[in-house]
Amino acid sequence: MKQAKPKPHRTHSDAPFIIGLCLLGGIYVFLIIGMLVADAAYLSPKEFLHIFKSPEIRYATRLSLISSSLTTILSLWVAVPIGYLLSRFKFPGKSLLDAVLDIPIVLPPLVIGLSLLIFFQTGLGKAIEKVVPVTYAIPSVILAQFMVACAFAVRTMRSTFDQLNPRREDVARTLGCTRSQAFWMVAFPEARRGMLTAATLAWARSLGEFGPILLFSGATRMRTEVLPTTVFLEMSVGNIEGAVAVSMLMVIAAVLVLVIVRLWGAEENLR
Amino acid sequence: MIRLENICIKIGNFRVEEVSFEVPSGGYCALMGKTGCGKTTVLESICGLRKVTSGKIFLMGRDITRERAANRGVGFVPQDLALFSTMSIREHLSFALMVRKQGAKTIARRVDELAELLGLSLLLDRKPNGLSGGESQRVALGRALSASPDILCLDEPLSALDDETREEMFVLLKRVKQETGVTTLHITHNMSETNTLADMLLRMEEGRIVQPDHGG
Repeated sequence: MKQAKPKPHRTHSDAPFIIGLCLLGGIYVFLIIGMLVADAAYLSPKEFLHIFKSPEIRYATRLSLISSSLTTILSLWVAVPIGYLLSRFKFPGKSLLDAVLDIPIVLPPLVIGLSLLIFFQTGLGKAIEKVVPVTYAIPSVILAQFMVACAFAVRTMRSTFDQLNPRREDVARTLGCTRSQAFWMVAFPEARRGMLTAATLAWARSLGEFGPILLFSGATRMRTEVLPTTVFLEMSVGNIEGAVAVSMLMVIAAVLVLVIVRLWGAEENLR
Repeated sequence: MIRLENICIKIGNFRVEEVSFEVPSGGYCALMGKTGCGKTTVLESICGLRKVTSGKIFLMGRDITRERAANRGVGFVPQDLALFSTMSIREHLSFALMVRKQGAKTIARRVDELAELLGLSLLLDRKPNGLSGGESQRVALGRALSASPDILCLDEPLSALDDETREEMFVLLKRVKQETGVTTLHITHNMSETNTLADMLLRMEEGRIVQPDHGG
């Protein structure tokens, strides 16, 4: 018996799917832009510039920029070797190390600050304090920022090295390189873009870090005050304009860094 | 000369067992077999990139079973070529000599020699990104030959090339064989590659050599 030919398969338009994606994503993008526009509209340029007359805010700006930059350098120093180690070597306890490195990402920031404070009450912590005063001093700001920022840098460097073909280092070894030479001559230059991303992430995280700094460094003006602390202090005395102005300053700094890094990355791509 | 004596390698559940063969000095050996039969594993063990569980490997009469990859004097062209994306072609050809701290004049002379042999003279200042398949192959071959190794290991070097480029590479590999006299182990799936280039054929199945033979 001859079988009836099935009806030709017809599909619906893809438009509802695409529109759905755009709508869901669009809401988030609208909120980001809306938030920044609202901040900018809240202040006149005069009010914004007025904040620079305050020596406290000038101090906080300087401390924020210097501590974030130092934290970024320290984070890269630690993240590049750990990322390479995790990506290229098998060793006992690797899964445990991997999990430990995620702790600063999943812990509430305030808990990190409190834990640092408690650590420096232990025998080892007190011994360190005798050499370099840390708690409630400037080194505590850098350490608090480092504890969080470095974890993000480590994740970025791990995935950077995971994406780089280890065969290249193998070939370098057959060409006469030790593992160290293969790393410095082949893997390290190829990881440049990943390092740039890790540095940007670490810098941005450090600039915005507040919880651990509040607990571990305190909020002493002209001493351990960074820009997020300033926003908190200005808000607590009811100076919303001041808080918004300082927030705008952080937005501008973060956007500037993002733009510079993107441009630099694009230039590297063209080479 | 490449000599393997009862080489065993264990990777998880996969085993290469009791592999023994000898490729005489200046010989060109094709190693054939299905995907996953252990050809690359054997090649990697010769290059020093894979530890052997037992057995011995001799290169040019020297036992190098426990020797580091860097000290074996083996030129390696992996299947994916693994060119260094941040380096120019000139840097690829001079890499092994720079590692050996050769003088600038020696390096420049060797780079010119290789560029001439492999037809890379016009590409020296370019980076690998944007090279054609055949050009990339020639760069990988030049990089492997730069330190004048005694042994050359090629892992399916022609598999991704079109017919015309493959013919060009046949001619080039024959020329390399004649001019350098390097002992070569060449993994391939292709019988015409074997017939054209090799003077010896080995066949592998499920981690064992099943048919030592002389072809070519």
